[in-house]
Amino acid sequence: MFRRTASTSARALPGFGLTLGYTVLYLSLIVLLPLSALLLRAGGLGWDQFWETVTHPRVVASYRLTFGTSLAAATINAVFGLVVAWTLVRLRFPGRRLLDALIDLPFAMPTAVSGIALAAVYSPHGWLGQVLEPLGVKVVYTPIGIMLALTLIGLPFVVRTLQPAIADLERETEEAAASLGASRWQTHRRVIFPSILPALMTGFALALARAIGEYGSVIFVSSNLPMKTEIASLLIVSKLDQYDVGGATAIAVMMLFISFGMLLVINGLQRLASRRYREAL
Amino acid sequence: MSLNRSWLLSSTLALMAALSGCGPADGAAAPSTAAGKGRGHVTLLNVSYDPTRELYEEFNAAFKRQYERQTGQTVTIDQSHGGAGKQARAVIDGVKADVLTLAIGYDIDQIARRTDLLPTDWQSRLENNSCPYTTTIVFLVRRGNPKGINDWEDLARDGVEVITPNPKTSGGARYNYLAAWGYALRKFGHDELKARAFVKSIYKNVPVLGSGARDSTITFVQRGQGDVLLAWENEALLAIAQLGADALEIVVPSVSILAEPPVAVVDKNAASHGALAAAQAYVRYLYSPEGQRIVARHYYRPYQPRFADPEDLKRFAKVETFTVNDVFGGWPRAQAQHFDDGGVFDVIQNELAQGR
Amino acid sequence: MGPSAASAHRGIAAGHAAAPRLQGTTADARWLEWLFIGVSWAFLALVLLVPLGAVFCEALREGLRAYFDAFDDPYAWSAIRLTLFTAAIAVPANVVFGLAASWAIAKFEFRGKTVLITLIDLPFAVAPVVSGLIYVLLFGMTGWFGPWLASHDIQIIFAAPGVVLATIFVTFPLVARELIPLMQEQGTDEEEAAASLGAGGWQTFRRVTLPNIKWALMYGVILCNARAMGEFGAVSVVSGHLRGKTHTMPLHVESLYNEYNFVAAFAVASLLAMLAVATLAVKTAVQWRMQRELQDSAEP
Repeated sequence: MFRRTASTSARALPGFGLTLGYTVLYLSLIVLLPLSALLLRAGGLGWDQFWETVTHPRVVASYRLTFGTSLAAATINAVFGLVVAWTLVRLRFPGRRLLDALIDLPFAMPTAVSGIALAAVYSPHGWLGQVLEPLGVKVVYTPIGIMLALTLIGLPFVVRTLQPAIADLERETEEAAASLGASRWQTHRRVIFPSILPALMTGFALALARAIGEYGSVIFVSSNLPMKTEIASLLIVSKLDQYDVGGATAIAVMMLFISFGMLLVINGLQRLASRRYREAL
Repeated sequence: MSLNRSWLLSSTLALMAALSGCGPADGAAAPSTAAGKGRGHVTLLNVSYDPTRELYEEFNAAFKRQYERQTGQTVTIDQSHGGAGKQARAVIDGVKADVLTLAIGYDIDQIARRTDLLPTDWQSRLENNSCPYTTTIVFLVRRGNPKGINDWEDLARDGVEVITPNPKTSGGARYNYLAAWGYALRKFGHDELKARAFVKSIYKNVPVLGSGARDSTITFVQRGQGDVLLAWENEALLAIAQLGADALEIVVPSVSILAEPPVAVVDKNAASHGALAAAQAYVRYLYSPEGQRIVARHYYRPYQPRFADPEDLKRFAKVETFTVNDVFGGWPRAQAQHFDDGGVFDVIQNELAQGR
Repeated sequence: MGPSAASAHRGIAAGHAAAPRLQGTTADARWLEWLFIGVSWAFLALVLLVPLGAVFCEALREGLRAYFDAFDDPYAWSAIRLTLFTAAIAVPANVVFGLAASWAIAKFEFRGKTVLITLIDLPFAVAPVVSGLIYVLLFGMTGWFGPWLASHDIQIIFAAPGVVLATIFVTFPLVARELIPLMQEQGTDEEEAAASLGAGGWQTFRRVTLPNIKWALMYGVILCNARAMGEFGAVSVVSGHLRGKTHTMPLHVESLYNEYNFVAAFAVASLLAMLAVATLAVKTAVQWRMQRELQDSAEP
C-alpha cells in the first residue's frame, strides 16, 4: 500500500522503512485493529437487524438531537470564536494575555467536571439559573443545556485555528482595498472574510466532531428523556447496560460513518474555499 | 533493513509488555495491596449497585475484624459501585468480582446465563431468596408536602413533577415503574389497559430521567427539580440524613413493591484466587446478628428484625407490599414485557414524545 | 486537535510586524473595538469563567480544612497516581509515534500518504464512549482476545492497561498533528545537508531536526498530557469502577459526587483544573520562548 514513489534527491534521508513501519504498526495496533473489532461486531448483526437498529425512531431522534445541538454549538463557536480570535490578535487591551491563556482550558478540563459545573451554575437554583428562570429560560435539562456544554468543549478549536489565520492576513491587501475606495465593511466582507474562511471551516469541523461524540459533560446537563433530550452516546451506553452489545456497536458504527463523512465533506469544502481564494488573488 | 525490523519488533514487544505487565492492576496504585501480602491474606471484590456505598463501608470493616479473629486470615475488600446493569455487564466482560450485591436478581441471572462464573440456581443457595435485606419504594417530597402528595394517584395529577431514573439503565427505576403498575392493577381490578394508561400519565410528569438512583436524588435535592422523587426507602432515609431533614420529608404510599436486592458468591472468580471460603463467609455474615444490625442501621429492612436495634426499626413505616413474583410472574417476564427494547416502557415513551 | 504551533509561529511574527500600523486605514472604529472586547469577555464568562468559578467556590464552601481533607484519603491518592501513571505512558507513546509518523510523512514521498494522514485523524471522529467500547470488544471476556488473555491470567480491561490504552487512543493524533505541518513546511534541505556531511540518521535527527521542532513538540506534549489527564468517557467504559484500583481522577470526582460528598468532589475537580492551569502556564512560557527566539533570529 505504501510504496515510495520518488526519491526526493540523490542523497535520500535514512529512516524511511523504520519510521513508516512503526507508524503503520502502531496505527494498526492502537486504532485499526480495535475499530475493525467494532465493524465486525456490528457486521455480525446482519444487514436487516443493523438497519432496524440504526433507523429505530428513538435512535433517529437521538441523531437529530446530537447533530442538531452539535451544529448549533459549532455555529455559536464559529460566530463568537471569530470575535474572540479577532479581538485577541488585532486588539490590545488589559487582560488580553489572560483571556488568551484561558481559551485552552476547556480542552484540559475533564468533561465530567465541566458538566457538573455547568449544572451547578445554570440549574434553577444556580448562580445564573436563578436569574434566567424568571425570564422563562430553562437551560439545564433542556437542549439549550446540551448546546451550552458542547459550546464549552468546542471553543478552543475555533479560536485556535482562527488566530494564526487572522495574524497571517496581509495588511497590504486591506490597505489596497481601502485605497481603492472600499468601505471598512466591504473590506471585511470581500477581503478579510474569504481569506480566513478556510481556517474558520477547519475550526468549525473540529468543534463539530468533538461535540458529536461528547458524553461526560452532556449527561449532567441533559434530562436524558428518550426522543427528546437523549444523545446518541447515551443511547450507546444504555444499550450496553441492557446487554445489547450488537445494538450498541451498530449505533457506534453509524455515528462513526456520519461524523467521518461530515469531516470529509467539510475538509473538501475547505480546500475548495482556499482554492477559490487563491484564484481570486 | 533487517536490523531496523528487529528493532521495530522488539520495541513493539516492549510497548505491549509495558502495557500489559506493569499496570498497577496488582501494583503500586492499589492501596489494598499495600495492606500486606503475606500468607493468610485474601482479597475480595464486591461488585455492588449505587446506594450501598455507605452500608458496605461499615459492613466490610466489621467483616474484616470478625474474619481475622475467626480464621487468622487478613482480608482486604475492594468495592465497585455503579448502575446495576453496567455492573453486571462489567462482570460478564471480565471484572473479577468475588461477591455480587446487586439491585435485582435479573442482573445476576444474566451473569449466570451468559458465563459459567456461577450456577443458574444461585438464588436458592441462601436464605430468603439470597436477600439478607429488603427495602421498598417511597416518595420523597419537599418539606410540608406543598403539592399534597399522598399516594400513587397524586403522581398522575397535572402540575406535579415526578423525578425517577431511567428504567432501561437503573434497577431502582424498574422497581418504581413496577410499583406504580402494581398499584394501578389493584385499583382498576387487574385491568392491564387502565394500568398502562395510569403509568403513562405518571411518566408524562417526568421532566428528567436520570441514569441511576443517585443521579435522580441529586437532581431532586441539589438541583431543586421536581415535586416528588420516587426512591428506595433506604435511599430516601439516607438522603434526609445526609442532605437535610429541614428541607425534605418522606411520604409512604398506601401500597408499594417489595424490593429484593440479592447477594451471590461468584464461585469461579473466588476459587481462582483461593477466596471462595472468604467470599462465602462474607455473604453469610450479612445474615448474622451483627450483619443484620449493620444493615438496619443503613436503612435497609433486615431479613431478621429481631437482631436489629429497635431504634433503627422504628424508622421503617408500615407499608403493605407486593412482590415482583406475585404480580409480574418474576423478573424475566417483567423485563421482557416492560423494559426490553420495544417493551411497554418504550411504547409509552414513544407515545409521550409524539404528544399522544 | 489543538492549535498548530507551526501556525502560532507565523501568527506571532505577523502580529508583531503589523502592530505599529494599527491606526491606519485598516483599523476599525473605536466603539467597534470595545464591542469586540466586551463580547469576547462576556462570551467566555458565560461559557467558561463562571462554571470554573463555581468549581472553586463549591470546593471551598466549607473552608480550607474540608478542602484539604478531600486529599487525606487513600482513594484520592490512588486516583492521582493512576492518572499520572496513565499520562506517563500515553504521552511518551504518542510522542514516539508522532515523531516517527511526521518524519515518514514530511521527509519522504510515497503513495497512500493522504490515506495515512486521514487515518491518523480517525480517532478524532470516534466518540469517547466508543473509544472505550472498542477495547472491551477486543479484550473483554466476550471479545476476541478475552478468553486467551484470561487463560494466561493477563488482565487488560478493567485494569490499568485498559485505562492506558483507551487514553492513548483518545490522545492519538495530538502530537502527530502538531508536528506534521511544521516538518512539511521546513522541508528536507537541512537534513540533506547534514547527511551529505556524513551525519548518520540518528545524529541528523538529534542535531538538525529536533532543535527545529522542539517547541511544536513541546506544545503537542502539553496538549496530549492535558487531554490524557482529563479523559472521562472512554476511561469510564474500560475502568470497571474499582475504587482504589481503576479510578482515575475524573472518575474519582464522579464517584465522590455520587456519594453526596460534594466538597471533596469539587476539591479533586479543582485540583484537575489547577493541573490544567499549570499546563497552560507552561504553554504560555513555551510560546513566549518561541516568540523570543523568533525575534532574535529576525534581528541579525
